[in-house]
Amino acid sequence: MEEQDSWIAHFCAMPGHEYFCEVSDDFIEDDFNLTGLNQMVPNYKQALEMILDVEASSDEEDDPEDDEYDSRQYYSGRRYRNRANVNIEAIHANAQLLYGLIHQRFITSRNGIQVMYYKYAHNHFGHCPRVNCGFARTIPCGFSDVPGVDTVKLFCPSCLDIYVPPNNRFLRIDGAFFGSTFPSLFLMSYPELDVSGPHPGATGTKGVQKKVKEKTEGSSRVINGVVEANFAPGLGKGNIYDMKIYGFKVSEKAKSGPRMKWLRDRPEDMKELDEVENFSNQDSRYVVDVSNNAREENSDVTMQDDEIAGR
Amino acid sequence: MDEYDTTSSSYVVYWRDWFLAARGHEYFCEIDEEYLTDRFNLTGLQSEVTYYNHALDLVTDVFDVDCKDEVREQVDKSARHLYGLVHARYIITSRGLSKMCDKYKRGDFGRCPRVLCHGQTLLPVGLTDVPGQSPVKLFCPKCEDIYTPKSSRHSAIDGAYFGTSFPHILFQVYPQLVPEKTEERFVQKCFGFKVHSHAALSRWQEERKEEMLARLRGCNIRTGFPSDVVAERGDTNSFRSW
Ligand SMILES: [Zn+2]
Ligand SMILES: [Zn+2]
Repeated sequence: MEEQDSWIAHFCAMPGHEYFCEVSDDFIEDDFNLTGLNQMVPNYKQALEMILDVEASSDEEDDPEDDEYDSRQYYSGRRYRNRANVNIEAIHANAQLLYGLIHQRFITSRNGIQVMYYKYAHNHFGHCPRVNCGFARTIPCGFSDVPGVDTVKLFCPSCLDIYVPPNNRFLRIDGAFFGSTFPSLFLMSYPELDVSGPHPGATGTKGVQKKVKEKTEGSSRVINGVVEANFAPGLGKGNIYDMKIYGFKVSEKAKSGPRMKWLRDRPEDMKELDEVENFSNQDSRYVVDVSNNAREENSDVTMQDDEIAGR
Repeated sequence: MDEYDTTSSSYVVYWRDWFLAARGHEYFCEIDEEYLTDRFNLTGLQSEVTYYNHALDLVTDVFDVDCKDEVREQVDKSARHLYGLVHARYIITSRGLSKMCDKYKRGDFGRCPRVLCHGQTLLPVGLTDVPGQSPVKLFCPKCEDIYTPKSSRHSAIDGAYFGTSFPHILFQVYPQLVPEKTEERFVQKCFGFKVHSHAALSRWQEERKEEMLARLRGCNIRTGFPSDVVAERGDTNSFRSW
């Protein structure tokens, strides 16, 4: 048989699958990485064999001359044996689900993050549609880690918001195949990464790294575990849209006046966030104290609270 | 863009119909004949448009087709520019506003890409009123932010053909069309836990929002948030998040 693309390469080349990376065989072949997936994917064994391009472990007589091939080829140039009781299309769907779930795990592994970094740096995930983010690169993610809940979304690290992918072909892709953890883990893995736009002409890892170096020199203060210069650079003063009529800002007091500026705001001095944090920590300690006292003094109140909480 | 072919058999097609039907021109509305022919509305545009008189003739379908190809090409280009410049003025008249309003309700300008705006329809807006400076953007009245059109055929259109004031005038004239604002926030998670830095910023932003709400309530102005209604019912659990 002639040399063909692997199932994985083919899957990643399909329209709408541009955000996926190729999971390494090593990762898939390590059973530990697949823990629990056999309970989530029907026809698990066959699906896994399909992904790994393993010849179906056949217990039937092998006669290559007589082999029947399924006429419904799901990939051009690729043929799978049409065995009795095996619905190839169903297994193919199962294989896609399994690959997606493996992908979700792979991209939060050390190797996977590196592979995704390459894709990020080469603009595979597109840019934030928000004007004031200046074409900051986005990162694919899902709301849920459970398949079938929602489709893939794009997280913008410059405005910390999520967007619908710009093309309809992405609206069929399950968000769980990227998962809810990936963007934050990605950013934590590259704390020096300049997440602001624009990147004119910077379409390679070189460009990104160069810019990061220039930018972080002198402003590498770390606030809440994030390098200050790389934390929500698309927000705050100068990055908030002003509604204007003939050059005059629409007043907040107008019925149609601005109400959402807070959404794109951030403190000028990010140290303020640490202070907010300290304050709210004190605040929550205070709340805990009060409720403990209440519990001691008046158990009825506590019960009421519990009832409310339980609803 | 396709050239407007004044010599073909489809000559009966009006220039404006051709212009509005052209790919990428979905954001434009039809300017009334009366508006175009009232010279007062075109004040100051002579100096902006080369072959101004020919261009105006073409737009109003009284152009004499008998001229050289290069000239006709230039006139056509000028006509498109002229139409855009008049368009910016027309869409802030009451007739224009109502036409754009219909287009807005139909979603002709697309929907907000922000997930938590849940497909809010958009309005075109310019970043400047000076032509040739920057392409058209889209204003979302729910999150009050501006976005780049998805399609490159839209992002090539001059923003000055819509102007900086248009969406804001529209909502001032039709305040009932202002959509309910959203308090939903995206919460960044890592293995199920909130991301510390993002959560701290969100809390800070919530404080700014509460300050604004207090200012508005102090002046007895409707905030436009769903919690406005909720607060009257005494339900304090209005904060939803993902
Ligand atoms: Zn953004
Ligand atoms: Zn929006």
